[in-house]
Amino acid sequence: MLILRPRDIACQQAVELVTDYLEGTLSRRDRRRFEFHLRGCPNCPTYLEQIRLTIQATGAIETDDLTPEAKADLIELYRRWRSE
Amino acid sequence: MDLELLSRLRNGDEEAFVMLVARYHESMLRLARSIVSSEAVAEEAVQDTWLGVVRGIERFEGRSSFKTWLFRILVNRARSAGAREQRHALVESAHVVDPTRFDTHGQWADPLEQWAQESDDRLEAAIWAPILKSALDELPPRQRTVIVLRDVEGLSSDEVCAVLGISGGNQRILLHRGRSRLREILESELRKD
Repeated sequence: MLILRPRDIACQQAVELVTDYLEGTLSRRDRRRFEFHLRGCPNCPTYLEQIRLTIQATGAIETDDLTPEAKADLIELYRRWRSE
Repeated sequence: MDLELLSRLRNGDEEAFVMLVARYHESMLRLARSIVSSEAVAEEAVQDTWLGVVRGIERFEGRSSFKTWLFRILVNRARSAGAREQRHALVESAHVVDPTRFDTHGQWADPLEQWAQESDDRLEAAIWAPILKSALDELPPRQRTVIVLRDVEGLSSDEVCAVLGISGGNQRILLHRGRSRLREILESELRKD
């Protein structure tokens, strides 16, 4: 079977495909072109890795704890709502 | 876990309400702040949402997760309370990476730095999280809302679309711009060290 070598894309185009690539929404053709570019590029794999690390670190953002005052206010509201 | 609390809430169990509040209140505030421009309006929208939950808990059918249901109510309340002006919308660049980073052939002009060489990714993630927490505030509101739901709260793309009432394509564009911008901010912060 003849396998055509995909036409390479520039790094500037590749960075625009990263999210669709990670979301699995690229067409088969674009995915092949993107992966072909990654294999030959010294920088875009690093870029993709940086995006992955960014996503991971965003997922590690902690949510503040509820302050005792806010909690007390909400309990008071709850009691009022229940009695209305 | 939520389902048990919800059935207790239906029976008027105050402690179940307190536990739900402890679990979701701060996440809801963060989400509301990305939609409205004042802290007071954000707090009111969240409070309104809790009232809606207490009064309307019978309407939760369990077809979506409780979190998705809760966030959808909140987004609707916050939007009707007054959405932020979308001042950034028209000037947003079409490029997610500064064009000057590329040469005339569209190749990276300078090599990119490895961020986490042979170290523990999870450890780095915990160290960088505070940088990203403040970086979130620099995102245009709609991007921030999507990043909060998707990457901070961990909703799926379908859930984000359901909460915000936007298409998958629209969600991906906002996600793409938001994540790219966060990477850029993190990169410039790491270079300062």
